[in-house]
Amino acid sequence: MHPAYSIIFFTTSSGLGYGLAAMLGLGLLDPSSAWVKFAHVLALALIAGGLLSSTFHLGNPQRAWRALSQWRSSWLSREGVLAILTFVPLAISAWFAVFESTHLPLIGLLGTAGAIATVYCTSMIYASLRSIQAWNTPLTSTCYLLFAGAGGSLLAALVAACAGQTSWHFALIAILLLAATWVAKTQWRNRLDEAPLSTPETATGLGHLGKVRLFERPHTNENYLTREMGFRVARKHADKLFRIALVTGGAIPVLLLLVSLLLGQGAAAVVLALAVLLHALGVLVERWLFFAEARHAVMNYYGG
Amino acid sequence: MTCLPSQPTPKKLGLVIDLDVCVGCHACVVSCKEWNTGGYGAALSDQDPYGADVSGTFLNRVHSFEVLPEGAEVAAERGHTRLVHFPKSCLHCENAPCVTVCPTGASYKRADDGIVLVDEDMCIGCGLCAWACPYGAREMDIAAGVMKKCTLCVDRIYNETLAEEDRVPSCVRTCPTNARHFGDLADPNSSVSKMVAERGGFDLMPEQGTLPVNKYLPPRPKQRLEDIKPLAATDTSGAKGLFAWVDSVLERL
Repeated sequence: MHPAYSIIFFTTSSGLGYGLAAMLGLGLLDPSSAWVKFAHVLALALIAGGLLSSTFHLGNPQRAWRALSQWRSSWLSREGVLAILTFVPLAISAWFAVFESTHLPLIGLLGTAGAIATVYCTSMIYASLRSIQAWNTPLTSTCYLLFAGAGGSLLAALVAACAGQTSWHFALIAILLLAATWVAKTQWRNRLDEAPLSTPETATGLGHLGKVRLFERPHTNENYLTREMGFRVARKHADKLFRIALVTGGAIPVLLLLVSLLLGQGAAAVVLALAVLLHALGVLVERWLFFAEARHAVMNYYGG
Repeated sequence: MTCLPSQPTPKKLGLVIDLDVCVGCHACVVSCKEWNTGGYGAALSDQDPYGADVSGTFLNRVHSFEVLPEGAEVAAERGHTRLVHFPKSCLHCENAPCVTVCPTGASYKRADDGIVLVDEDMCIGCGLCAWACPYGAREMDIAAGVMKKCTLCVDRIYNETLAEEDRVPSCVRTCPTNARHFGDLADPNSSVSKMVAERGGFDLMPEQGTLPVNKYLPPRPKQRLEDIKPLAATDTSGAKGLFAWVDSVLERL
């Protein structure tokens, strides 16, 4: 699948934003600190920025509001509806944190639940597509949820350290979630080696005659389908990129989190800021691979 | 509404494509583009049409496949490998994944005849339906920013201003070898249903669970080249009648 930058940026940014929002909703941070106020605004900005960037790849973005209508059948529509519904408790929480320096427990928990549900809907857009075997697994949702949680708790640990508040509980959550994330992600990636569900033989129905291979494409140049679905990354590069994602997005942040537990709050904040940056970078690489390594069934008709 | 109609629809209009007969001339591709660029919805645009990097929107394309039986040579001269031309357009699936993923309600399957269509005024061009379709039946029109797909020539098949023989999809009407057939696959007595029953018509990628309406007829068994008697080049002993006389006269010259 073609890795479109708008979608990669959207899922990375909104994943971090929802993760942070979910952690803030738990009410473990004291909103009288300017850092915590800033964190509320940052979460909303990450979410809104992601949602906006996702409209850039639309052919007719002026009609985007119509995407809220088909929540009965479409995960994309459900994601849109939940994203907007979740904005309500998140905006109220942010308002009270910023202007009243108070945390509303019920609204906060509603925001946490909404954030989790929205990330789940995002993941199901991909996981529900049988035509893309790599994505068509519950592990896709597991990974998206864990990535959001890991990123969110990492950000929350950084905010706590900056604000001079207790950060060890967020750091511990982040270590556990980061470990779980990369275990799940490795499991997910191992599925890429499974035998393909659809082959040129099943795609043409000619398997009873012999081995089927493409003799000629319908046209000499690329078309929408080959541009959109025909992207292939060389396996050796993909393996290298996955290791880069694993080290920058998982291993180093875990090490830095462990180090931060031993440091004073000022030094911990610096170390955690580095961990957040590296984690975000690792997730971007992981998201790029999520698309670049996925093979679409239509490529059985295009020799890919 | 992008929920699918209750199944099955009373009529299942679709195509039956005979892989034994198709010669890969692409006439259906051209006639489809010609009819549909001026018909239902936005025109089928081309990008860089006179340049080196030409590409465009098509609703029907013909692929060509080589089929190699086990142990066959790659080159076709031994008579084992065969070339199969493979026209492909929307299969108007009963369980159409492209319809249910649509967030706007632009994609829908008609409850009365099962045709899958896009209401282009509602389409936001997100492309998710093209991702959901395993067959590559949907192509985004880059100029209009909306999804295009085969309409089964819905503006021909019910069109009473056309002569009756023209009330079939453009690809069917134009096929010079009669490899494409149109009809109601829900009716067991329709010509297409009988064809499917007699020839063992099959679904593409049944494992995707899409329940396609369109069916494909397999190529008939092929005579292997080594089983064909070589043409008599020198031996005329079996000739009879006129040929025997011509043979004997020519011998004497």
